[in-house]
Amino acid sequence: MHDAPPPPTPQAPTPPPDDPAVQAALNRYWRTNLTIMAVLLTVWAVVGLGCGVLLADWLNQFKLGGYPLGFWFAQQGSIITFVLIILTYCILLNRLDKKHHEEVKAIRNGGSA
Amino acid sequence: MTLFHWTVLFVGATFTLYLTIAWLCRVRDTKGFFIAGGGVPAPANGMATAADWMSAASFISMAGLISGMGFAGGVYLMGWTGGYVLLALLLAPYLRKFGHFTVPDFVGDRYDSSTARMIALLCAIFVSFTYVVGQMKGVGVVFSGFLGVTPAVGVFIGMAIVFCYAVFGGMKGITWTQVAQFWVLITAFLIPAIAISLKLTGSPVPSIGLGSQVLEGVDPARPYLLDKLTRINEQFGFGSYSDAYDENSGKWNRLNVFCVCLALMCGTAGLPHVIVRFYTVKSVKAARWSAFWALLFISMLYLTAPAVAGFARYYMVDDVAGLNGKTAQELPEWYENWNKTGLIAWVDFDGNGEVAFTNNLTDAVETRGDTAIMPNELMRIGGVPSATRDALLEDADAWVASHGGTADGGAAAKAELLGLGAAHHPDRDIIVLATPQMAQLADWVVAFVIAGGLAAALSTASGLLLVISSSVSHDLYYRVMNPQASEGQRLLVGRVTIGVAVLVAGWFGINPPGFVGEVVAFAFGLAAASFFPAIVLGIFSKRVGTVPAVTGMLVGIGFTAFYIVTQKADVILFNPEVAKAVFGEPGQGLRRPWCFGIDAQGIGTLGMLLNFAVTLGLAPLCKPPSAKVRAMVDSVREPEGEGAAVAIETAPGH
Repeated sequence: MHDAPPPPTPQAPTPPPDDPAVQAALNRYWRTNLTIMAVLLTVWAVVGLGCGVLLADWLNQFKLGGYPLGFWFAQQGSIITFVLIILTYCILLNRLDKKHHEEVKAIRNGGSA
Repeated sequence: MTLFHWTVLFVGATFTLYLTIAWLCRVRDTKGFFIAGGGVPAPANGMATAADWMSAASFISMAGLISGMGFAGGVYLMGWTGGYVLLALLLAPYLRKFGHFTVPDFVGDRYDSSTARMIALLCAIFVSFTYVVGQMKGVGVVFSGFLGVTPAVGVFIGMAIVFCYAVFGGMKGITWTQVAQFWVLITAFLIPAIAISLKLTGSPVPSIGLGSQVLEGVDPARPYLLDKLTRINEQFGFGSYSDAYDENSGKWNRLNVFCVCLALMCGTAGLPHVIVRFYTVKSVKAARWSAFWALLFISMLYLTAPAVAGFARYYMVDDVAGLNGKTAQELPEWYENWNKTGLIAWVDFDGNGEVAFTNNLTDAVETRGDTAIMPNELMRIGGVPSATRDALLEDADAWVASHGGTADGGAAAKAELLGLGAAHHPDRDIIVLATPQMAQLADWVVAFVIAGGLAAALSTASGLLLVISSSVSHDLYYRVMNPQASEGQRLLVGRVTIGVAVLVAGWFGINPPGFVGEVVAFAFGLAAASFFPAIVLGIFSKRVGTVPAVTGMLVGIGFTAFYIVTQKADVILFNPEVAKAVFGEPGQGLRRPWCFGIDAQGIGTLGMLLNFAVTLGLAPLCKPPSAKVRAMVDSVREPEGEGAAVAIETAPGH
């Protein structure tokens, strides 16, 4: 018989945000994250909504093998691009997380020494 | 062995596999029931998400839709995969860090408001439910078509199976059964696609085959397949296959393609049964990888579907390899097989003995440019009363002759048939199920495709039932109605909810309201117009408080729902007379596409923009969120501290 577990609560940021150096590291992390996201979402919009939809009739004058290019973007190219966007995001963000983790660890060690 | 035996064998074997896995993974506590204990590896979670996402609509209907729509069919491909990018970049990692069970939970806590929670909850239940109904109907069609039982019995069999592993396995069972289902459905989709590609173009990769020349044995002139498709489409009065926005594209103009595409994208990102998957991985990092694996696996089907669509179009329309111009003796075997279901039926109204599958829906030969287009004779007669249907399947020529045998008699026969509920053009859902037979593959491949279609329908249905169950037992019962509820009580409420949801969905599956397909499309629009802005702004803005977010959601969903109701008044109000009384004559005033001519399927885009505009416009005027909520947003953004998140999963009692 289980007792009702307390509803999961959001985790307090560790270390606490009142340390200005840690807060600065977090702000840097967030800005880089937003930059990566903005670039990748631009690619998403240009390839998906741009090449696949808005410019498709114009791109159709070019050919990729037997595919008119606009049609290829709409039914093949956009999907391939989407997979690559998420792959890039995973690699960049996980690397950024690691860098941030080490920065915060260094600050904490420096503070407690 | 006949097709029937193979079907029983494959369906039986795959179901035994799913149920065995569900039984081995059965769980006892709520945390494991809803989110699989938080410990599923990212690739496995990706496969489960892919199986969850690829429903009967993706497996059975999508290629058929693209086959009929050509270029514009790309909205479904781009919309459903492009939404994943938004999900992976904007939502998944943050919602995983937040670490709650459900989407309404996040919305409720972030905006510190039970109103917001209830709105999100109702949307989640509505969206999930329209989906389950669609799946149940799919299950019924597949079973009835191949086991020779009535659709009602087919739905009952499906209900029993979904109920068993959703209730006894919980999500843990579902995660691993869905991995198995992913492999069944993807193999079942790819094998016939590869075979048909080899047969038509000699390329073993369907995506390359679609862009290649057809083999000499198929057409001695060896045209590119897509050029040939465009030519035969035009020859028989359909719009161009690969051109965008030409004069034959009807409502699919640039604005509508854009709006529908964006609504599908944002709706996908807001779909609760997909989002909940990201709670089942260990860490934020794993949530990101899991989104990548999911889209990679999904893309295997989504890159192949347009090729299947093109190949099937060729076998349907072409006047050499396809149906056009064929006489009764020349009709291919796949036609004969599917004719029995009534989903495709050639009725020789003009009595010239040759099939005409064209886009000329009148009674007279039509001349466009210098091509003469015969009136269409290929119908679907599934909805026709059984006496007439049996007479047609028995001897369609005799049925037409009984109307006088003249040209006027043929026209009268057609009018009578349409009045009885028949429709022009074959049912698009047969395309994928018929392609193995078009390519003359062995019966066991056909049986395997059937097992794949069922895997697609069942995996999605069970994932959705879990969302409905967790929404009711966690968000409604535990968080709103009875905060003191014990774990046992919550588990019981969850299981009872699944049972009720299966029964109701089964009822709709047996008595489909006739607009399931459209309602599913609208569910995306509503998800885009309600959840999506609230979740995105909840993560990326610390300034947006309760009032702007709730107002934005209400405006977005209210506008979208109102537009859909005015456009589809006939079906939504159940009666054309009521619709006329409320909104006036069809095609007048509110009942024409009064908002820039946007189709009801794409209006979610505008609803979403309104939601964003209202929320952001009100935000500076209203009270900012409390310090507690701002700290929560900080912690969601902060990638550190997920060790503690894991500790929740291993807390005492788990």
